[in-house]
Amino acid sequence: MTIQARRTGATGSANGNGSAIRVDLQMIADMVEPGSRVLDIGCGEGVLLDYLNGFKQADGRGMELSMAGVRAAVAHGLSVIQGDADTDLKDYPTGAFDYVILSQTLQATRNPKDVLEQMLRIGRRAIVSFPNFGHWRVRVSLLWHGRMPMTETLTYDWYDTPNIHLCTIRDFTDLCARLGIAVERAISLDSRGRTRYDAGGRLANWLGEQAVFLLRRE
Amino acid sequence: MSLLLPGHRLELGPDAPLRLDCGVELAPLTIAYQTYGQLNADKSNAILICHALTGDQYVAETHPVTGKPGWWEALVGPGRILDTERYFLICANVLGGCMGTTGPASTNEATGQPWCQSFPVITIGDMVRAQLRLIDHLGIDQLFCVIGGSMGGMQVLEWAARHPQRVFAAIPIATAARHSAQNIAFAEVGRQAIMADPDWCGGDYPLHGRKPQGGLAVARMAAHITYLSEAALHRKFGRNLQGPELSWGFNADFQVESYLRHQGSTFVERFDANSYLYITRAMDYFDLAADHGGVLANAFRGTKVRFCVISFTSDWLFPTAESRAIVHALNSVAANVSFVEVESDKGHDAFLLDEPEFHATLSGFLDGAAEHRGLPRGAPR
Repeated sequence: MTIQARRTGATGSANGNGSAIRVDLQMIADMVEPGSRVLDIGCGEGVLLDYLNGFKQADGRGMELSMAGVRAAVAHGLSVIQGDADTDLKDYPTGAFDYVILSQTLQATRNPKDVLEQMLRIGRRAIVSFPNFGHWRVRVSLLWHGRMPMTETLTYDWYDTPNIHLCTIRDFTDLCARLGIAVERAISLDSRGRTRYDAGGRLANWLGEQAVFLLRRE
Repeated sequence: MSLLLPGHRLELGPDAPLRLDCGVELAPLTIAYQTYGQLNADKSNAILICHALTGDQYVAETHPVTGKPGWWEALVGPGRILDTERYFLICANVLGGCMGTTGPASTNEATGQPWCQSFPVITIGDMVRAQLRLIDHLGIDQLFCVIGGSMGGMQVLEWAARHPQRVFAAIPIATAARHSAQNIAFAEVGRQAIMADPDWCGGDYPLHGRKPQGGLAVARMAAHITYLSEAALHRKFGRNLQGPELSWGFNADFQVESYLRHQGSTFVERFDANSYLYITRAMDYFDLAADHGGVLANAFRGTKVRFCVISFTSDWLFPTAESRAIVHALNSVAANVSFVEVESDKGHDAFLLDEPEFHATLSGFLDGAAEHRGLPRGAPR
């Protein structure tokens, strides 16, 4: 998944001391209780996993589509398998993890609804982060310039983007409600990675460039 | 030959027979093994290396018969990935083998004659049972790691499935949880070549002072092709000729023919034909899922073992799909598993060769596992 290359590219390879991870990953990590069993889907080279193992004493596992990412993660001593969120989550038993994390990957899956349901089957909680297509820059790009938006979180041209299922914060909230998924926390981040608004509010959908949701089964 | 071989021997007397899957109780029994490095005080740093079909216990030293370097010398040694300064490494010749462990070429004490075809049919499970005796003998409660490629990987899976409490980490490489129809087919070609050799004498060749060398060489040649990829063969030989021109006959015109003939003729110097039959049969019979109610995941339910499954892109004998099946089964019981498919065009034999990515994977996994086991981390490589 090309988005993973970008994600790991931003932070470099997994670092042993686990310091200074990307701000949205930090936000995710802060939602994880210490000592939890965690599955990070689309874990890239394992930056977040490494942090969770080191700072949260997590029993962390990872799944990554790109073999390059998997090799780097395993060579770093992390438990990571090559796998596809769309097809391989069904293998895991129900309730196997405390948290199942999907960071900046939902929009690149073929069937986000199924992936979300699988996540909340195999995990007691799920943490999902995604770029918000409702952000004002995106809206302006389309409305004013009449072009497919390219922003700091949406960096691809329309013809080579892996992001095939983009959504807004409101879209995502609606889907959760439809699937009977409870939103425990929702945070939106502005382009500088600052926490702006509770993502449940209306402004968040305008001003949040990306969102992080902590979910559980109802 | 076997009496002159260097290394350790564990002799199991008639009072401690090995109960085989076929029902026979085998005794007495010799297990020939080599060790490298030192066992630490709490016996927590032992790694069992399981060798492949035609491998043996001479992992990291000059082979006593062929004079060639050990088959995993690239990995085993001071400061190497299987670091003899950190780990205590054990490798035993498999049951049914011909390098000192009891096999069809050994003497049946009851008759004073070589076992030949009266040797009981053995399984991968039996091989592991014999290794377990050795580990007990060495006083090791839990192996830090069991590692092996190909048939060695089958033994790793068997260890993890049957004796999960005795294994901390398991690294099955270029292997499968069962021999496929294609695997069985190739094994059968090899066996038929041996049995078609008039010198095989129904398996009793040692009694007649003969050896089915032609048949065994053909078996090796056919098998050797399956260990290489098409790309590797082409890169190595292409259509290059041995001599200046075609002979217009059936000599080894092409370099690839000459290479295979050489592989065949050197192999028969060090390997027993009956051992080849028994060991390939053991691989054919291996089916971990069938042993666990037809569901592979059942073999690993509740396992605490840390797994690292490794395959190679160009391996068509034990393709990645077989490794993936193991990973799916392990996932379905939420086991701790890493899985890497290493990019290589060297075919099945890649696990024996210098593949940096493969070595980086092993090194990272072992270091991570060592940390969890409370073993000292190695120097940065």
